Amino acid sequence: MPATDERPGLRSGVRVFALLVAAGFRRHSTYRLALLAGLTTNSVFGLVRASILSATVASAGAAVGGYDTGQVLAFVWWGQALLGTVNLWGFQEVADRVRTGDIAVDFLRPLDPQLVYLAGDLGRAGINLLARGLPVLAIGWLLSAFSWPPGPLSWLLGVVSVLVAVVAAFAGGFAVNLLAFWLVEIRGLRMLYTVLGGFLCGLYVPVPWFPDWLGTLARWSPFPAMLQNPLDVLTGRVIGADAVATVVTQLAWAGALLALGQVLLRRGRRTLEVQGG
Amino acid sequence: MAEPLTGPRPRPSRRSRRPDHLRPLHPYRVLLASRLRSQLTYRTSFATDVLGTLVVGLVELAEVWVIFHNVDTLGGLDFASALLVFALSNVCFAVADLLVGHLDSLPTYIRAGTVDAFYVRPLPLLAQLVSSDISLRRVGRLTVALVALVVGLATAGVQWSVAAAALLVLTIVSGTAVFAGLFTTAGALQFFVVDGAEVTNSFTYGGSYAAQQSQQVFPDPLRVFWTFVVPTAFVAYQPALTLLGRDDGFLPGWAGWLTPVAALLTWAVAATCWRLGTRHYQGAGG
Repeated sequence: MPATDERPGLRSGVRVFALLVAAGFRRHSTYRLALLAGLTTNSVFGLVRASILSATVASAGAAVGGYDTGQVLAFVWWGQALLGTVNLWGFQEVADRVRTGDIAVDFLRPLDPQLVYLAGDLGRAGINLLARGLPVLAIGWLLSAFSWPPGPLSWLLGVVSVLVAVVAAFAGGFAVNLLAFWLVEIRGLRMLYTVLGGFLCGLYVPVPWFPDWLGTLARWSPFPAMLQNPLDVLTGRVIGADAVATVVTQLAWAGALLALGQVLLRRGRRTLEVQGG
Repeated sequence: MAEPLTGPRPRPSRRSRRPDHLRPLHPYRVLLASRLRSQLTYRTSFATDVLGTLVVGLVELAEVWVIFHNVDTLGGLDFASALLVFALSNVCFAVADLLVGHLDSLPTYIRAGTVDAFYVRPLPLLAQLVSSDISLRRVGRLTVALVALVVGLATAGVQWSVAAAALLVLTIVSGTAVFAGLFTTAGALQFFVVDGAEVTNSFTYGGSYAAQQSQQVFPDPLRVFWTFVVPTAFVAYQPALTLLGRDDGFLPGWAGWLTPVAALLTWAVAATCWRLGTRHYQGAGG
């Protein structure tokens, strides 16, 4: 590469980002057995969840919270398919690097650490969507014929919505990891974030089924942007202008979480003290 | 420091004078005591962990509650009966998880080669692994389950009698054994699928999730699976029906007494798998 500029230009920056995405994709595609195991578990849980939620709709005798049987099945199976793609369980890698001081090496690299880790996570999401998500979706469709997105616009917005959900979930997890700059041990905090976030993002039951006060709480949190919103679009619960508004809300949350990560990263960089010689 | 080689030896206490073969449980007691002490040493960390498992329990409970916020009955059960099923299953799972849940970390031991150390000690491998850790932090989840159980028993309309009380105790003991058997089977399979540890989650955690439900929500093939293949229907749902003096037409009303049978069968499979697994293990080399 000709060294015309000290800083990476926009074009080479994008190229590096793409290379990092590809590297993340390859890194996570190495564990084939783990992907297969994840697929099995997602499918079994999908079967149990599909039984419970469709029994709920059957018991109500009408649509519950805007979901009829076909849509609630779509909610379950798209949700199971996106479980490996959207990283709702969070990660520990960045916190570990902060604790050991290795994060200093990340600061020396020409690309922003947040972008580097985001690229890796997008690669991880890609392989998980292909090797784990799509097969789960196929299994779900064979076992319980659910409703597909109601039109090309829903498909298109659905794809964008999933991508934004991946970014939002990453940005949230990244911000939690960065708290390691100030706290020695973030395991408990991570656990709380994962469990409460999992509930509020619609991992267990759809957010529109929540009682009013809990629904309001969820909607004022970033978590629905990580799962409930793409599921709203893909199940056809929201369509047209509403679907566009949903994706815009998601973009706002993803942007806010990325910005929070940048603030924490800058503050943390000043706090960081690496021992050694 | 090693003890001095000369000089008066401390007088052995009366207890320790008993020969070792009369105290076969002594090494386990020492191991466990040291484990428990180590967990309680870092108080803040321990408190956060307990809080964490408490929240996990509450969130699981919230799932049931949110569903019943939308409907009055699910799978033939009202909220109080569903709470009873949820609580019974969760008490059993929480105790099993507390006792043997750490068999989950077997792939880590296998990958790191630390299992070899267990092999060379003169105690059974499974007993060593089980006593190597008791995850005390999981009492958080157990607390939620116990409170839910008391509320469920009080409100669901249990017809109390000596038999009902006996069934309750029998169910909690055998239901715990069913989950412990599933965890052990899962652990045994780790010797074969080190990188695919998650595959066994489908019947340990998946089984626990299925056990919490009214089995009437499942389509027949799935119901047969959770009753006769992975017998988690006997952990909570069938005993709850018997306690309430009901049956759903799938199994007779007395089927709730069959939990010990389910536990025995689960343990037969677990023991076989464990034997095969430990013999399959070739060591990490080095």
